[in-house]
Formats: sequence, C-alpha cells, structure tokens
Amino acid sequence: MKAVTGHRLFWPAAVLVVMLLANLVVTPGFFSIQVRNGHLYGSLIDILLLGSPLMLVALGMTVVIATGGIDLSVGAVVAISGALACYLISGQEDQGAVSGVLVAVALALVLSAVLGFWNGLFVARVGIQPIIATLILMVAGRGVAQLITSGKNINVNSPPYKLIGGGYWLTLPFAVIVVAVVVALTGLAVRRTALGMLLEAIGGNAEASRLVGIRSRRLIVLAYTFCGVCAGIAGLMISSNISTADGNNAGLWMELDAILAVVIGGTALTGGRFTLAGTVLGALVIQTLSTTIYTTGVPPQVTLVFKAVVVAIVCLIQSPAFRAKVFRRRARPAAPPPASPAAADVEVNA
Amino acid sequence: MPGAVLEMIGVSKGFPGVRALADVDFRLFPGEIHALMGENGAGKSTLIKVLTGVHAADAGEVRLGGDRVSVTGPQHAQTLGISTVYQEVNLCPNLTVAENVFIGREPSKAGAIRWREIRRRAAELLTRFHVDVDPGVRLGACSLAIQQLVAIVRAVDISAKVLILDEPTSSLDRDEVEQLFTVMRRLRDDGVAILFVSHFLDQVYEVSDRMTVLRNGRLVGEFPTADLSRIDLVGHMTGRMLSTLEQLHVPEETARVQAEPVLKAQGVGRRGSIAPFDLEIHPGEVVGLAGLLGSGRTEAVRLMFGADVADSGTVALGGKPVSLRGPNIAIDHGVAFCPENRKSEGLIEDLTVGENIVLALQAANGWLRPLSQAKRQELVGRYMTALRINPADPDMPARNLSGGNQQKVLLARWLITQPKLLILDEPTRGIDVGAKAEIQKLVVSLAEDGVAVLFVSAELEEVLRISHKIEVLRDRRLIAEIGNIGSVTPEGILEIIANGTTS
Amino acid sequence: MTTLGMRGPVRIRREHAAVLVTFGLLVAMFAAGSIVYPGFGSGQVVVDLFIDNGFLLVIAIGMTFVILTGGIDLSVGAVAALSAMLCAFLLEQWHWPVAAVLPLVLLVGIGFGFGMGYVIHHFEIQPFIATLAGMFLARGLCFVISIDQISITNPFFTEWAQTRIPLGEETNLTPTVLIGLAVLAGAFWTLHYTRFGRAVYAIGGSAQSALLMGLPVARTRIGAYMVSGLCSSLGGLLFAFYTISASGLHEVGTELDAIAAVVIGGTLLTGGSGYVVGTALGVMLLGTIQTMLRFQGTLSSWWTRIAIGVLLLLFILLQRLLGSSRTRR
Repeated sequence: MKAVTGHRLFWPAAVLVVMLLANLVVTPGFFSIQVRNGHLYGSLIDILLLGSPLMLVALGMTVVIATGGIDLSVGAVVAISGALACYLISGQEDQGAVSGVLVAVALALVLSAVLGFWNGLFVARVGIQPIIATLILMVAGRGVAQLITSGKNINVNSPPYKLIGGGYWLTLPFAVIVVAVVVALTGLAVRRTALGMLLEAIGGNAEASRLVGIRSRRLIVLAYTFCGVCAGIAGLMISSNISTADGNNAGLWMELDAILAVVIGGTALTGGRFTLAGTVLGALVIQTLSTTIYTTGVPPQVTLVFKAVVVAIVCLIQSPAFRAKVFRRRARPAAPPPASPAAADVEVNA
Repeated sequence: MPGAVLEMIGVSKGFPGVRALADVDFRLFPGEIHALMGENGAGKSTLIKVLTGVHAADAGEVRLGGDRVSVTGPQHAQTLGISTVYQEVNLCPNLTVAENVFIGREPSKAGAIRWREIRRRAAELLTRFHVDVDPGVRLGACSLAIQQLVAIVRAVDISAKVLILDEPTSSLDRDEVEQLFTVMRRLRDDGVAILFVSHFLDQVYEVSDRMTVLRNGRLVGEFPTADLSRIDLVGHMTGRMLSTLEQLHVPEETARVQAEPVLKAQGVGRRGSIAPFDLEIHPGEVVGLAGLLGSGRTEAVRLMFGADVADSGTVALGGKPVSLRGPNIAIDHGVAFCPENRKSEGLIEDLTVGENIVLALQAANGWLRPLSQAKRQELVGRYMTALRINPADPDMPARNLSGGNQQKVLLARWLITQPKLLILDEPTRGIDVGAKAEIQKLVVSLAEDGVAVLFVSAELEEVLRISHKIEVLRDRRLIAEIGNIGSVTPEGILEIIANGTTS
Repeated sequence: MTTLGMRGPVRIRREHAAVLVTFGLLVAMFAAGSIVYPGFGSGQVVVDLFIDNGFLLVIAIGMTFVILTGGIDLSVGAVAALSAMLCAFLLEQWHWPVAAVLPLVLLVGIGFGFGMGYVIHHFEIQPFIATLAGMFLARGLCFVISIDQISITNPFFTEWAQTRIPLGEETNLTPTVLIGLAVLAGAFWTLHYTRFGRAVYAIGGSAQSALLMGLPVARTRIGAYMVSGLCSSLGGLLFAFYTISASGLHEVGTELDAIAAVVIGGTLLTGGSGYVVGTALGVMLLGTIQTMLRFQGTLSSWWTRIAIGVLLLLFILLQRLLGSSRTRR
C-alpha cells in the first residue's frame, strides 16, 4: 500500500480520479464515449481536447522549472504564435493550400523558438533571475501579438489549419494526437538521452553541476527554447480551434495555469527532479476542474476561486514550514517518504 | 587584576553522538584581548554559541559580572552586553554606514526619524574609533574591513562589555587587518573584553593578551600569550607535544627520473584567497597539502581545477599551457576534483547514486551521447563493488547515503572518467575509520597505476602516510615543499607551520 | 566609488542614477511631445496624466513596498477589482451607507495583504505563488459577486466623479489626483522617516542580517503586503470613482503595469533599493507614452505594451550593469 501512496504520481492521479468520479455521480453519462461520423465524442474526449494546449505549455514549463527557472512569457508566446500563423494564412490567396499552412506553421514555430531562445539567453548568459527575465516578454509579447494582427481578430478559413486544433484523425482529435506525440518524444528525449538527468542536476545543485563539468548555460537555453516551441504549438491549437487569432485573449493567464499544472503534478518549483507524466496529470486536473464547473452551471469565471483553493492547498502541503508548524503535535510526521526506489526506477526508465 | 567580566564554569554541551564541550572553564577580563584557539571541531564555535545563547549548556554556568545568567538568544545576549561580530558581516549592504549603526534604534521625534542626529552621532562614533569612512556612504560600497569595523561600532555602541569577534580577519588583507587591530586595541584600552577567534597564528600573537586552548571539546589551558611559544601552542592544539626541538632536515627534491609533469603551476594565485605559488605534480605522484584550517589549502586546489579563476600565474597541463577559466577546461584535460564540501558542491542529492556516479562522464560526453543502459549498469556496478559502496543499490537517492559512502560515490564519479590528475580536498573528513582506510588504500593504488593525486587533509599522519611530496601552507601562503622521506614526522611539519621556516 | 558625479555638496548616488535616468527620459519625452504635437505641452495634459493614472500610481506605490522587501505582489489588480466590485455591490444592491462601505472595503484589501504576507513569511511560500493564489481568489470572488458590470449610481460617487478643482485658468484637478499625491507623500514619509520604513529597506538588503540586528522581520514583511493590499483597495476605489462602475474584468494586467512602473522607476526587483518617487516617475512615464500615442493618432494602442516591454528591458539591463559593479569590493 505504501509503495502505491508513496509513488510521486499517486496524489495527482488520485485527485484526477476523484474529480472524474464526482462528475460521474452528477452526470451519469459522463464516461460514455460514442463514435459519430467516425469521430470519438464524449466528455472525457472533450477534456483531453480542451486540455491539449495546457498540457503542451505545462510540458515546456516542466523542463524550465526542472532547471530551477520559470517562464512567465508562455501566455504571450501562445498569442504571438497563433497571431503569426493566422496572419500568414489570411494573406494567402488559397487559404486551404496545405503548403501555405505548413509554411505558416513552420514560421510561427520558428518565431516561438526564437522567443524562447531569447528568454534562455537572458537567464543563462546575462544572468538575470528567470522571473524578471521572462517578465519582459510577458509584458511586451501581447503587444507584439496585437502588432501582428493589427489589433483585430484575424479570422481564417483554412481546413488544413483547422485540423490542428479542431480536426480529427484516426477517430481521435488531432490535437490530442499531437500532444501524445510531443509528450512521447519529450519523454524519449529526456529519459533516453542524458538530458533529463543533466537538467535535474542543474536544478538540484547548480554549483555541484558546474564543478562536475556540466555545460549548464547551453542546457538552460535549450530548455527555454523548448518551452517556447511548446507554447508555440499550443498557440497554433488555440487559434486553429476557433479559426481566429485573438492577440488579446489567447493564452491569457496560461503561464499561471501551466505553473499550477507543474506543481500539482509533483515537480517542485525549486527545480531538480521532474516528472512529465505528473505534469500531464496536473494539466488534466485543471482542465477537469474547469469542465466540471462548466457542467454544473457555475459561471466559468468562478473557476478561479477553486483554482486559488487548489494552489493554496498544494503549496501549503509542499511547504516544510507549514508541515512543521501545523502537524507539529502529531506523533508521526505526515510527510510521505521520498520517492521509493521502485518509483525512482520508473522515473529513470519512463 | 580586576574580576572576570565573563566566566564559564564547568560548561558541557553535547549533541547526538558528539560531546562538543566537556566541563570547560573560561574567563574573560575587562580590557583584554583573549584568543580562543583550537583545531576544527575543538569546540570553539560551540563555546561561542553557548555564550550568545544560541545553544543552552547541558551543564555548568555562565557568569556575567559575577552574577549567574542564562542567555536565551543573541538578542538577549546583546541586552546583557555580549555582542558578536561574525566573519560574514550581518549588516545591510544597501543602507548607509550611519543607518547600519543605528537601525532599529533610530533617534526619533514625534514618530519621525531624526536623520541629522543619526549622521552626527555616527560621525562621532566613527571618529572615536578611528574608522575613516563617510557615514553617508552605502555600506556595500565599503571594503569588507570597513564593513566589519562598522559592525563592531554598532555592537559596541549598543552594549560595550563583551565583544566576540568570530574569524573577523579571514577575508581581510594585511592593511585591513592592521586597521581592525588598531580598533581592537583601542576598545581594549577603553575596558572592553574582547574574545578573538582566528586561524592565523601570526595575528593571534600580534594582538592577543591571553589565550584559551581547546581540544576535542576539552579545556587544554589558559595562557598569557607572551608565555606560550608557537610550538607549544600548536602542540596543545593538536595534542602532540614537541618536546625535542630537533632541527628538521629538509631533504632535497627526490632525484627520481620523472616524466613530463601532469600539472605545472607557476606563480598561480588569487587576491584575497591565496598568495602566488608554484606547484608540480608528476604521473604516479601523490602530493599532499598540509596546513591548519584556513591556511589556504582548499583555495590552492580550487585554482588548479578552475573552480575559482586565478588572477596571476600560468598553468600547464600535460606540458601544454592552459587557461583555466572554468572546470570544463580542466576536466577536458583529465583533471578531476572532489570538493571539500560534499553536500553543497559535490553530491546532487536529488539524483540517485547511479546517476551521481555517471554524472561526470555523462557531462563530458554531452547529453546527446548517453551511456547505454548496459554500459551504465556495468560501470556503476563495477565501481560500486570496487569501492564497496553500501548499500549496493544504485537506484537509491544519494541523500540517503552515509558520509563515507557519499565520498565514495564522488570518487567513483571521477574514477570512471579515468583522470590523469585527481584532486581530493579532505576526502576522509567526517567519515568512519574503515572507509577512511579504504580511501587511503585506493589513493595509493591509483598512484601505482600512474594517476597523479593532489591530496588535501587536515590530518598530518594521513598526508605523511600516502604522499610522495608535501606542500606546507600557512596563512594563505605556500611556505615549504618537503620530499616525504623516512625522517619526516608530523612534528616536523607542525614546526614548519608554527615557525614558518621557509625552505 | 559611491558617487557618479563630483564629490561635494551635490552628490549623485548610484541608487539615484536609475531615478534620474527615468526623470530625464520623462522630461525628454514630454519635451519631444510638446514640440511634435500641438497642445501636448499644456498643464492640463500633465494633470490628466495624474487623473488617468491615479489608481495605477496608488497601486504601484503599494507594490513598491513589497518589492523593496524583495517580494512581489501579483494580486494587486485583482484585489483592486474586487474592492471596486464589493463597493459597488454594497452600495447598489444592499444600499449600505458610503461611510460604512469605504472603510470596510479598505479593510478587505488589508486583510488580503495580511493573509498573503502571513503565508509568505510563516510558511515560506514563494511570494510569486502565494500572491498568485491571492490573485485567483480575488478575481474569482469578483465574479461570485457579479458576472456583469455594476454601474454606480450612488450620489456621493457621481458627485465625486464630476468634482473639478480649478488650478489656474485652464487646468482642473480631480480629488483623485489629490488622493494620489497624498498617498505618495505618505508613502515617502513612511519609508524614510519611520522605523517600519527603514526595516522594509533592511529586509530587502538582507533579511538574515535584519533578523540578527533585532529588527521585527515578520511584522515588517507582513506589513509591506498589508500596505500593498490597502493601496490596491484604494486604487480600486479610485478606479471606481473614475469610471463610476465596477467589473470583474477591470484592471486585468494592472499587476504587470505596476511592476513595470516600479522597475522603470529604479527599484531593484531583488529588493532593498529604490524610491516611491521613482515609482511615481515610472507611472508618469507609462502615462506619457500612452498620451503620446493618443496624440499621434495613427500608432495603435499595442505599441504601449511593446514600449513598456522595451523600457523594462532597458532598465533591467541598467540595473544589472549598476548591480554588477556594486558587488565589487
């Protein structure tokens, strides 16, 4: 039993399961999945689809947080990426041309990568605190997005582009497939190469990493660049789903949701050990929360109150000072033991 | 002589597994500078912490002005008249000198701080102590010495009976130390009792009137400085009496035919940490660095690895001149370094034992060329067995290992890279006897295989047992190089440390 | 060492340098605007800067306290919006008297600050995360009160909104401006002439040292967040005065503007160095950029954000430059 509860993915998974079950009680048909027109439909599929952008952004954020950093600019990058892609597509004579869409998507992703690279340079080369360094792009980025769209919402009518965030492929939403592929590739990249270990080393102990000869700067720049690309893909999905680039609202507050997803997933904000699977679970918890509130008829804006409660609980439980002060009178410490050997092994091989 | 202003009688203090202070008596008189001497772990800092109320004594009593007191914390100590100034200046660098002297007790009228009054009084105080600094200057812009003096001025102005100076001179250069001593002497003449802790023997002899020597948590004795020779002091501190002052025979450099040196440093130094020195290490040679704590051993080896960057001199690795701007460059040339501070600079506690072991090799390979799972298991398994790392579980978080096993993990990490030069800073400190012997044996066998080893240890026997050549440091200066032939004894090295005989 | 200019009676300290740069930039931009755009260089434009940005000034002043301790407060915009919502709701739906509503709303702001400060200090939660939770909570509570905008018809508010205090022949002040200036003066006095204010600086310089020097670190740090909460609340009320309405969508992103104003005003984000006067200049600078874009007419509003970003970049680099030479011994 202890091996199960001690696993680092136990709590985020448990929270997710409880939330899903609660939905099932309220809405009996919640788990039903139907096939219509060769597409899968159902609340669970909706959660996956609507949660796709957040899963991607949180994925990038996880890697940055593993190095002991943070990226506040992801929401702005989401807006910029969608804006650029839609701007390029709307300028084409045939918006439905696959080649044109591919070029637009490629350029949007390149720009996202450049923005992430810029953040990385500020953190690793200029040596500015990550919160401050990425704040610059967070402030300016939304302006850049609106600059691209000239302040208007750009509507596109492009079936190939629509596929990215709203289409289906092999009966599944295309976005979900993209997320699955990106998560799998990232998992392979960090766990099959030495990348994950070296990132964890940097976040776990920067000075020791320097003395062991890890070239931290490059890896940190790489992490921020990757985070930028993830936010870029998420931006494509969001704008594709509604066939509109909205420089003002696309990805608004997404950085905060992403950080939240990472923390709920069990990766500490201080850096070091990270878990991609946990982050995916964390993002799904947030999306399920939003969906649940939506289906119960509470105004969606009120979701924020629940999020605040979740952030507070998760952070307080993670805080050693809180545990020491509140659980002081308990006979035994309530803290779960550090990841068991079995759990660590799963992480290494995951 | 007037009565002691501060007295400790039969004070004991234990921590789980350690007896830090055992039945220690200590007296401090007004108008004296009293040095507290002892090696690392002798109980100096515990004694200071009991005096300032950080720790409560298990037994014994503290008397202030003849009355028994129980100090509950640094704040309480200060109100009683015991102030402490640490090596790390505990002031705010962003505030002015004047404000640092008065913050928290600013003179005010109708709720408003009277700045003119603060500046005037600060200027007065600084003049009185001959501290030459404009009170309106930001503290962070001042030299460390001035910052320390400002801390002293603040402490003395709050309460002027007892002043404890814990390693105040560690980061100061010669002139700054003089400046500090001038102020200390002035305070002494005003009747303040000063407790001075320093690793620098010269400084202790220069400024102190009396000294108390501790060893292994016990009182060795209380001596007037003028009556205690340096040899005797070092003897008291280390527990080895140098009864016979035989002239040490410094042997000539061993005339072995030797290959190209693995490392050749000329005039390498770094201001404020170690004076320029020369050093040569050949393949298969173990070079030991001996000296008291704070003598510059760690500082010297860090320069050889590029952990700190030297500001003078040249280094050649394998005959080629190299600019050691960072650890990467040293590692690329086959240098490995196990730092003194295992937890903060060596081990990555989040990672598993196996990951920690392959980290250096993997870092050198780059992230794109991961070791295969099989290769990794083979290497980790081989070195965990060879070094007898216990428990033999490569997937355990490294934080759960004991000190000795953590040290072995760090050794394994570097041995995997097959270094040409292995730098070990205090590899046997704080680990059990068995592990210690294993590590010493390992060093010897590595040298037999042709690896050059630069070995730092506070234990002279250990240095003597395994080194071919010994470099002696004192007061951040390399003062002697001795070939380790049969006639060299720990006592001989201690004598060099004490008297500063330069070869 | 410590002076950039000459030694002597007029000394230019390094920590003043950033404020002076901001001031110089403000003057230069204003001069440029006056030359290029007719009517720009009038007293009313200056006053309008204060009228249009009075609420931001007040909020940014509160933010300055928090940043000086080395923290950050992301909740300011949300707390401001919540204050306005609560005020509008109590006045319009429950018809409470103004004299009861205003103090209550300010107390709610202070309470938010206390809660976040308490969690940050005693449970050692990063300020960023704790105030993020505060932001979510306050923003969410806005929508719990009402999803829609609430118009304020209370006569006290509508009269205040129309009150103009003549200043010279063609220039008029609003009470908002006076409140903003009073808060500025009060903040300056608090930071420079009270022990609380000096302890704020000391904590930002080194919390560890402040503790060892016997300063009340817990009280001071929590106090700084309470000041920020109070200022946010007051800023929200000023915004309600300005628009005679309240909405959960008001002041989204105000926290970023406030942080930007503080940084551009020369306060170090790491704490311990900076001035509220600089913050005021920072707010004015942001306002001037907006005014210039308005006068320009063809440039669009999003250039404001980009300009703020560029300014932020420049000032962070400037701080880095000044900071790196500062640590030299």
